[in-house]
Amino acid sequence: MRRLKTLWKKYEQNKLAHGIFLLIYIGVTSLSLYTAQKSVTAFLLLLTSLLLLYFTKFTNLTKWLIAGFVLVFLLPFTASNGDAYQSYMEVSTLVGIYIAMALGLNIVVGMAGLLDLGFVAFFAVGAYTYGIFATAQASNFMPFGTFPLSGESFWLFIIIGGLVAALFGILLGIPVLRVKGDYLAIVTLGFGEIIRIIFNNLDRPINITNGAMGISSVTPPRLFGIDFLYPSQFYYIVLVLLFFTIFTVRRFEHSKIGRSWKAVRENEIAAQAMGVPLVRTKLMAFAIGATFSGMMGVVFAAKQAFVDPTSFTLLESITILVMVVLGGMGSVPGVILGAAVMTILNLQVLTEMTNWLNQLSLSGIISIPYALSPAKMQRFIFGALLILFALYRPKGLLPAKNRIFIEKDLQGANRKAKLVTPQEQSENEKL
Amino acid sequence: MLNEVIQTIPQVLIDGLALGTVYAVIALGYTMVYGILELINFAHGEIFMTGAFIGTALLIFMTGTGWGSALPAIVMLIIVLIVTAFLTGFLGMGIERLAYRPLRNAPRLIPLITAIGISFLLQDIVRFIAELTKGNYIVTGPSLFTEQVLIKTSSISSIFNDASIKTSFIIVLVTAVVMMVALDIFVNRTRWGMAMRAVAQDRETASLMTVNVNKVISITFFVGSALGGATGVLFAVQYGTIDPYIGFILGLKAFTAAVLGGIGNIRGAMIGGLLLGVLEMFASANLTLLTGGVFGAEYKDVFAFAILIIVLLFKPEGLLGKPVTEKV
Repeated sequence: MRRLKTLWKKYEQNKLAHGIFLLIYIGVTSLSLYTAQKSVTAFLLLLTSLLLLYFTKFTNLTKWLIAGFVLVFLLPFTASNGDAYQSYMEVSTLVGIYIAMALGLNIVVGMAGLLDLGFVAFFAVGAYTYGIFATAQASNFMPFGTFPLSGESFWLFIIIGGLVAALFGILLGIPVLRVKGDYLAIVTLGFGEIIRIIFNNLDRPINITNGAMGISSVTPPRLFGIDFLYPSQFYYIVLVLLFFTIFTVRRFEHSKIGRSWKAVRENEIAAQAMGVPLVRTKLMAFAIGATFSGMMGVVFAAKQAFVDPTSFTLLESITILVMVVLGGMGSVPGVILGAAVMTILNLQVLTEMTNWLNQLSLSGIISIPYALSPAKMQRFIFGALLILFALYRPKGLLPAKNRIFIEKDLQGANRKAKLVTPQEQSENEKL
Repeated sequence: MLNEVIQTIPQVLIDGLALGTVYAVIALGYTMVYGILELINFAHGEIFMTGAFIGTALLIFMTGTGWGSALPAIVMLIIVLIVTAFLTGFLGMGIERLAYRPLRNAPRLIPLITAIGISFLLQDIVRFIAELTKGNYIVTGPSLFTEQVLIKTSSISSIFNDASIKTSFIIVLVTAVVMMVALDIFVNRTRWGMAMRAVAQDRETASLMTVNVNKVISITFFVGSALGGATGVLFAVQYGTIDPYIGFILGLKAFTAAVLGGIGNIRGAMIGGLLLGVLEMFASANLTLLTGGVFGAEYKDVFAFAILIIVLLFKPEGLLGKPVTEKV
């Protein structure tokens, strides 16, 4: 046992060993995905390599380069060999969309400590912004211009969608600033429902959203004369936006505004006393969080080519919240992991399990009643996850790390901050 | 236009009162828990829903057996109400013990998140029990009190239309009023009620005065959930069809009622509930008319939420509550 431990310690220190292990792992999983196209396991294992990469001791730049290589080349290439290609890419695209949304919510809930239960409303706003103008729907109320707009406008709409969502974020934020804590949660929940009900009924008196029927055949994005129709193409749009999102969120986290968010989260009154402008800080959190959600909403509308109010229910808001809680509130890598796990669980694992159980009951081995099929157990699983994590691991899978500055180091030449988890921090303080 | 609105007022009032009493009793559960723990028990709406399902199951079971159908309907309803109240009361106590008590000193965000979790969990458990036994999660109970009574409100003044009420409405109203009066006596006149008020005022000082705080909190959850569950039965009797997702929106509206009346204030919750019920019915009956067809009755939920937001913004202490200042 002790020898194993020392061996593990040695391995932990050795970068080369990490590199070799990772290389072998990626090689084996991508090869198995390449040869066994139908194996969801291989696909998932290949994605896990990114998690392993996170735990290695490489510099950040190296990690990003490897992650970029895996996501941009290796994953699409190895998956492209069979029929399941588009479905894999579909899943990856949705994972990307949800990660960006969860990162947005993470700013509001995790960093600024404002529990927002209507977050999907901003996603809806983004989706409808593109949906309305990229179909003939807009000609019902716009006095000028010809609709649908061409596919080239999509790129502009990513920005417009983000801005409109940010505007809604501020509109929600202004009244909500007066309420705190639990009330805030309820008000945002109400706001989310109001937006959904309004979109659901805005086919009268002027038909703007086409009501419960939804908006169909949204114009696909177009770049240099190529229409984006397949998930494998959207995958790259999402990937670019996702890298942008992660980069921005990381920059925000350790900037002045990021520190203000955390100060407001820990103690509003104390933060105010220290000169943090409460109104601006909170509004910024709402607006920035909403922006990412709105941008992904535009992509979602274009990808599905169909927008209707049922995609934006409370369940969606809670799903995104589960992602944040599961990964660790305030922790960017944690939220990415949480979002990926939840989306894959939702889209792949549950459906696969349902299919598997159906086959078993068809062949008469066991019979699972229809009511218990895993695909319908979403609420049960989400609820159980929320409770278990809140009770036993409130900091999530990958807890957030804070930068600490050691006074001695600051005075000397070594002006680097250390990233530690709160537990480590309290241990340090004890010492 | 005004004439048409006035004509419907008797019916609106009656329907609004029926809905309002349901809101009021559920709001009591929210307000009691909030008064003691400063926690929004999100799962309360789900307890109400579970109560509705337990009650319907019991009613179906009792009408199915011989001795059950021999009883007069009202006796059967009372038995069902009491049994359901006890079951949901213990459910509420269990939820508190499992999900809220370990988190009493955690940041306030965390118990709220478990509450949402509990609420989703209950929805799904009830769904698959119902689906497993009945094949469909939308359940219709036996109709017990369906006689229609016509009230000649037009005889009071010719500007009113006649209103009709179901007998179940009277039962709902009477039961709800009995429950509210009983609760009021319990809180204001008994030793446990006094202990509850003491804990709500200051938990630590109360515990120094030999009040068993944990027990008081358990009892609060028991009473609140029992009332919520019993209201669930009344709801099922009044409206017939139930599904596992009724609790969330209804709970939210009951919460609105609690906020409207002043959260933490028991009488406020009753008034807020009745007011909200009548307002909502008025909105759903007249929105189309008043806005010239721009907004239809489907905006009545928006209307309720708008009330919530407006109250929280401009009078967060509610109608009967006292404003609270936050100390550092």
